[in-house]
Amino acid sequence: MPSLLILLPLFGIIILNLPIGRIMRKLAFAFAFCIFVMQIALAIFHYPGLWASRLHALDTFFNVKFYIDHLSFIVLLAIGIVSLTSLLVSHSTISDEGMRFNFINLLIIASLGMCGIVMVRGIFSLYVFLEVAAVSSFILIAMERDKLALEGAFKYIVMSAIATVMILSSIALVILTVGDTSFDAIRTALGSSRNLFAVRLAMGLFVCGLFIKGGLVPFHGWLPDAYSQAPSAVSVLLAGIVTKVTGIYTLIRLVTSVFGYTENIKGVLMLVGVISILFGAFAALTQSNFKRMLAYSSISQVGYILAGLGTGSALGVAGAIFHFFNHAIFKSLLFVNSAAVEKSTGTVNMDEMGGLSERMPVTGATSMIGFLSTSGIPPFAGFWSKLMIIIALWASGHYAYASIAVLASVLTLAYLLTMQRKVFFGKLTQTLQNIKEAGFSFSAASIMLALITVGAGIFFPVIFNIYFAQFIK
Amino acid sequence: MTMDSILLIAVILAALWTVMTRSLLKAALGLAVTSAIVAVMLFNFDSPLAGVFELSVCAGLITAVFISAISLMRPLTHKETIELSKKRIKRYWPLPIIMLIAGFVFFRSTFLTGLGVPAEAVKSDVRGVLWSSMALGLFGQMVIVLAGVFGTVILFKEKDKNK
Repeated sequence: MPSLLILLPLFGIIILNLPIGRIMRKLAFAFAFCIFVMQIALAIFHYPGLWASRLHALDTFFNVKFYIDHLSFIVLLAIGIVSLTSLLVSHSTISDEGMRFNFINLLIIASLGMCGIVMVRGIFSLYVFLEVAAVSSFILIAMERDKLALEGAFKYIVMSAIATVMILSSIALVILTVGDTSFDAIRTALGSSRNLFAVRLAMGLFVCGLFIKGGLVPFHGWLPDAYSQAPSAVSVLLAGIVTKVTGIYTLIRLVTSVFGYTENIKGVLMLVGVISILFGAFAALTQSNFKRMLAYSSISQVGYILAGLGTGSALGVAGAIFHFFNHAIFKSLLFVNSAAVEKSTGTVNMDEMGGLSERMPVTGATSMIGFLSTSGIPPFAGFWSKLMIIIALWASGHYAYASIAVLASVLTLAYLLTMQRKVFFGKLTQTLQNIKEAGFSFSAASIMLALITVGAGIFFPVIFNIYFAQFIK
Repeated sequence: MTMDSILLIAVILAALWTVMTRSLLKAALGLAVTSAIVAVMLFNFDSPLAGVFELSVCAGLITAVFISAISLMRPLTHKETIELSKKRIKRYWPLPIIMLIAGFVFFRSTFLTGLGVPAEAVKSDVRGVLWSSMALGLFGQMVIVLAGVFGTVILFKEKDKNK
């Protein structure tokens, strides 16, 4: 069954691109919509029997083998939701039919690449699917071909190429020392290899590559440019899920399934996490560009995920994974809102806005939910995940890190409240008297994401039992 | 001096020339030469298939793609070329020094000694490697090619239409 998430979109793309008239262009949106809804449904109702049933004929013919576990379900769910959101946003922001068709094709390929990353269990396959997601992302960022978009894409390509060199060197070293690139073989080699230094060097290079691809501190330089200069539908996809799957999910998977926890790994993860929290929060405070502010906010929120992961405790890892999911949802929500504001006002400069809630009530209200959840205010989903991370930090004896995480939440509240005040509150600016909501698809995407944020917060005990209790056990 | 040493020096010189040369076209050709020397090295190390891939894909196909892309660009004026050349020398002068230091460190270090691809991997049939153990990677690479096709359509084909 897992292979269906890869093979079905791929065959769909091939069929959509057969030269049989313009009807296929019109069907593309519906096809992508169905694929993403199916993925969401399969991830939510994850009957073990259904997922365990392999499509033998297909799997044997293509000789592919994918694996799935509890962590995979959560990430697949996030991929499905954010991809669907990006699709909805594209409906209003990309007016040219041909361009939208190409966008949908690349969106499906990027989503397919991310699903592959989630379901493989070897570093070479992981690298290949990382490249699938990365190559489609470069093209998506540059697709409008204006100077800023090309600059953002170029920076992403250059940084990604450096990461690729590191990852390929790592794979070469693993083949030389271990002879096999599967997670199991590497885990065994890390415990007993005669060439332990070479295996560790290989894994160090691989993790550095992932840090670059995920835009983690100190390799975050390209991230604000790529997020802010990409077309709106692409910003939602990149900020919402692509960098999280390529950088953060892979790191969680490697740490929990391959490296295991040592004091050094815990120390590095927590230190990088706390530096990211502070750096991202202070940088976000100084921004006047809506999208750049959200990009720096992402760096800060990813820091919480790393800090939770670094504790090594069951509660910390569960908190990190829950914050991963929450961040994908509320950051997508805020990027959808920034895109709606940009479409309606023609600017992303927050100093030129004010009082937009009066004319854009849905965008204003859902933005409020997004910012409260990001700041960790109860009862929204972000509150629970941050609480789990902070308790885990405190319980592991890292009182200073826990205190910094709490204080940084106040900083988060400060910059997001500033954003809300500048953009949505106050008196409506004279030049913006005639604006209105950006469109139905924006409102639908915002409401869907806001409902998930509120629902995941209110029904936290139920959700925790279904998805996260597994990690505590 | 052994054949390996000559090839090593040649590949370093070709790589340096690729990065330092003024003209993009010469840089693309320099990369092709570098790939060709790497291909010879791979043949020399009993990896003929890797050599064939390196020669056909890296030295051949990719060079053709680079040259096609360069032909679409506006050529630089003589003044711009000289300015860029000065900047490039300033930017990349530490590169040969770093390469020498890295080469020396690898030459002197012992952590890689005794390493080698497991015998069974060397002996195994390449068809088995590609279609059995690396099928998933091969499948992913086909998807990358598909993404590249869409990239070409989006970034180049419609540009011509706009003109």
